[in-house]
Amino acid sequence: MSGHAVGERVEPERSALRQRLSALDTKISPYLYISPFFILFFLVGLFPLVYTFWVSMHNWNLIGGKGKFVGFDNYTHVLKQEQFWTGLRNTFSIFLLSGVTQTLAALILAALLNQNIRAKTFWRMGVLLPYVVAPVAVGVIFSKMFADQSGLINSLLGAIGIDPITWHASVLPSHIAIATMVNFRWTGYVTLIFLAAMQAIPREVYEAAMLDGASRMRQFVSITIPMLRPTIIFVIITATIGGLQIFDEPRVFDQTGQGGADRQWMTITMYIYELGWGSQKSFGRAAAVSWILFLIIILVGILNFLLTRRIASSDSRRSRKKAKA
Amino acid sequence: MKRRPVLGAIAALSVLTIGLSACSSGGEKAGASSTSTDPNKKVTLTLATFNEFGYEDLIKEYMAAHPNVTIEHKKAATSNEARDNMNTRLAAGSGLADIEAIEVDWLPELLQYPDKFVDLNSSDVKDRWLPWKAKQATTADGKLIGYGTDIGPEAICYRSDLFAKAGLPTDRAEVAKMLGTTWDSYFEAGRAFAKKSDVPWMESSGAIFQAMVNQVQNAYEKDDGTVIATENPEVRKLYDTVLQASTDGLSAHLAQWSDDWTGSFQRDGFATMVCPGWMLGVIEGNAANVKGWDIADTFPGGGGNWGGSFLTVPAQSKNPAEAKALAAWLTAPEQQIKAFKAKGTFPSQVAALASPELAAVVNPFFNNAPTGTILANRAKAVTVVPFKGVKYSGINDAIQKAISRVDIDKTDDAAASWEKFVKDVEALG
Repeated sequence: MSGHAVGERVEPERSALRQRLSALDTKISPYLYISPFFILFFLVGLFPLVYTFWVSMHNWNLIGGKGKFVGFDNYTHVLKQEQFWTGLRNTFSIFLLSGVTQTLAALILAALLNQNIRAKTFWRMGVLLPYVVAPVAVGVIFSKMFADQSGLINSLLGAIGIDPITWHASVLPSHIAIATMVNFRWTGYVTLIFLAAMQAIPREVYEAAMLDGASRMRQFVSITIPMLRPTIIFVIITATIGGLQIFDEPRVFDQTGQGGADRQWMTITMYIYELGWGSQKSFGRAAAVSWILFLIIILVGILNFLLTRRIASSDSRRSRKKAKA
Repeated sequence: MKRRPVLGAIAALSVLTIGLSACSSGGEKAGASSTSTDPNKKVTLTLATFNEFGYEDLIKEYMAAHPNVTIEHKKAATSNEARDNMNTRLAAGSGLADIEAIEVDWLPELLQYPDKFVDLNSSDVKDRWLPWKAKQATTADGKLIGYGTDIGPEAICYRSDLFAKAGLPTDRAEVAKMLGTTWDSYFEAGRAFAKKSDVPWMESSGAIFQAMVNQVQNAYEKDDGTVIATENPEVRKLYDTVLQASTDGLSAHLAQWSDDWTGSFQRDGFATMVCPGWMLGVIEGNAANVKGWDIADTFPGGGGNWGGSFLTVPAQSKNPAEAKALAAWLTAPEQQIKAFKAKGTFPSQVAALASPELAAVVNPFFNNAPTGTILANRAKAVTVVPFKGVKYSGINDAIQKAISRVDIDKTDDAAASWEKFVKDVEALG
C-alpha cells in the first residue's frame, strides 16, 4: 500500500529529475563533445605557453630548478645582448633566402610535373625523396660539401677559376649554404602541395584559354597562379612558422653547433638552446627568448594575414567592378 | 678539454685503440671488495655509460661473483646524449640509473649540486687515483662525487718525416729535448721549423691555448667564484702568445673536428699536435697510410690532461650502498686494466699506471713508441688542477671563439676579438 502511495508520489519527482537532467544534457553535452580538443589544447598548447612565461619570470637553472622571482629582468637582459640581435638577423636572413627560393622553385617544379610527362609517378616520388632524409644526415653531407678548404663546392669553383668561398667564416655565404640545405629538404614537399592544388583547377579553364590563343606562360601567370592563391598563402604561412624556428640545419653546420665563432649563422632557436642547455643553463633567459620569438612569429603571422586579406579584397573589388561594367 | 663535440667524442672513445700486442688475459681474479650490505638481498642495479667504457665482460664477472646482483647496462651512443639525459633527470629528481658515468667536462656544473650525489669517500679507495684525478671530482668541503675511470694525459705527437725534411731531429728522445718543457721552447722550435718548411707547426691554436690555460690554477675565476678572466694578465698573455704564433705562420688555421681538420691529416696539414692518450686512435684513423707519426715524452709548461670520465651514484638511487660497491669494484686498478685491454681507456689509478701490462704497450703506428710508459709518465707530470667554477665553461667557450675569430675565420684582429670576448663574458652575468 504504502509502496504504491510512495510510488505515486515519487512519479512526478522522478520526471522532474529527468527534466532537470535533460535540460542539463542540452546545456552541457555540447561542451563535453567538443571538450577533448580543449583539454588537449590546454595540456599541450596553452599550459606550456603559460608555464614558459612563468619560467621566464624567474632565475631558473636547468639542474637547480626555480630560483627567485625577477620579473622582466630576463627579458631586458637578453634584449641588451648583441648575440640576440645577431641571432634575429640570421634567422630572418636564412628564412628569406630559403623561403623565397623554395616557394618559387616549388611552383615551377609543380608546373612542370603537372604537364603530360612520361613516368609521372616516378618524378613525383623523386622530388619527395630528399624530404625522407633525416635533417641531421643532410647537414652532415652538406657540411662536408661546404667545407672551407677541402669541400666539394670550393673544388668545383676552383676548377672554373673562382676563388674559394669561406662558407663558415663569412655571414652571407654561410646563410646561403644553410638555405641550400633547407631548400634541398623542403622544396619537394612544397612542390607536391602545389601539384595537388594545380590538379584541382578545372581543365575547362585552360581549354577556354587555349581557344583564346593564350600561350603556356600566359596560362601559368593568369590562371594557375591566381587559382593557387589560397595554397600559396598556406605555404607561405607554414614556411614562416617553420623558417623562424630553424634549428637542425644551422646546428649541424659545424662541429660545435654554436653558430660560428662570430655567430655568423646562429639563429634564435640556437640561442635559446645555448642559454638553456649551454654553459649558462639558464632556463629563465631561454624562456624569455622563447616568448620573444613567439611574439615575433605572431607579428609576422598578423602581417601575413593582413597581406592575404588585401589580396583577397582587391580581387573581389576587381570582380565587382567587372560585374558593374 | 672543452672542444669535444659529438662526432669527435664518438671518434675519440670508440676508435681509441692503443695497440695492444703483449697481453694475454691473466687469471680470473675476483677482486671482491667488502660489501657492507646483506649479501643475499636480491638487487637490480642499473649502470648508464656512453661510448665505450669496456665494461661488458666486467659486468658478467661481477654478476658471477655476486649471484644476488643483476646489472642492467644502458649505453648512450654519445656523451652529449648522456649529458642531456642526466641534466634533465637530475632536475626532475627521478629516472637516473644507480650508477651514472660522467665526463670531466660536466663536473663544474655538477659540483654545484653535491647533494644530488652520494658521497663516495671511503677508506677502501683512498689514494687509489692520481691525486689530481680525485681532486677533479671533489667538492671544496671534501665530498667525493665520482670514482675516476680513465684519463687523457697529454704528450706531443709529431711528424718525424716532416721534421727530417726541415733538418730537425727525428728521434723521440731528441725531439722531446728540442721541444723542451716550456711553451717558449715549443714555439721556438716551431719558428726554427717554419724557416725550413711550408707546413704549419701546430694543428690548432685553440687546443694549444686550452693546454696552456689548464696549467693555470685560477685563470678565469677566483676560488670564491669572482670572475677575473677579462682582467687577468696571465690569460691575456697566453691569448696574445698563441695568436702571435698564429700570425707568425705557425698555425694551420683549423678548427678541431671540422671536416677541413679531418681532411688535413692526409694532406701534410701540420707537423705537431697536442695529443692525449685517446687522440692516438683518432690520429691513426684520420691519418691512415701516412708514415712518420711519432710521440714525444714531453709536454710544455708541465703536464696536461684532456678528458676522462667518472662513475657517480646519484642520490636518487634506491640502492646506493650496492651501487657504490659496484662502482668501487669497476674502478679498481685490476678491473680498469681489463677495460683498458678491452677498449683502450687509459687508467687513472696509481697501481694500474705502474703495472707491467701497461708498460709493455707499444704502438706500431707511432713508430713502435712505448705509449703505455710515455702516457703513464705524462699522467704523473700533471700538477695543477685548475679551478672551475660556475662560469668556467661559458668563459672558456667565449675565449675559444675569440681565438677562432682571429686564427680561423680572420674576421677580427686580436685586439678587436678580445673586446668581443669581454662582452661575451659580461653577457654571462
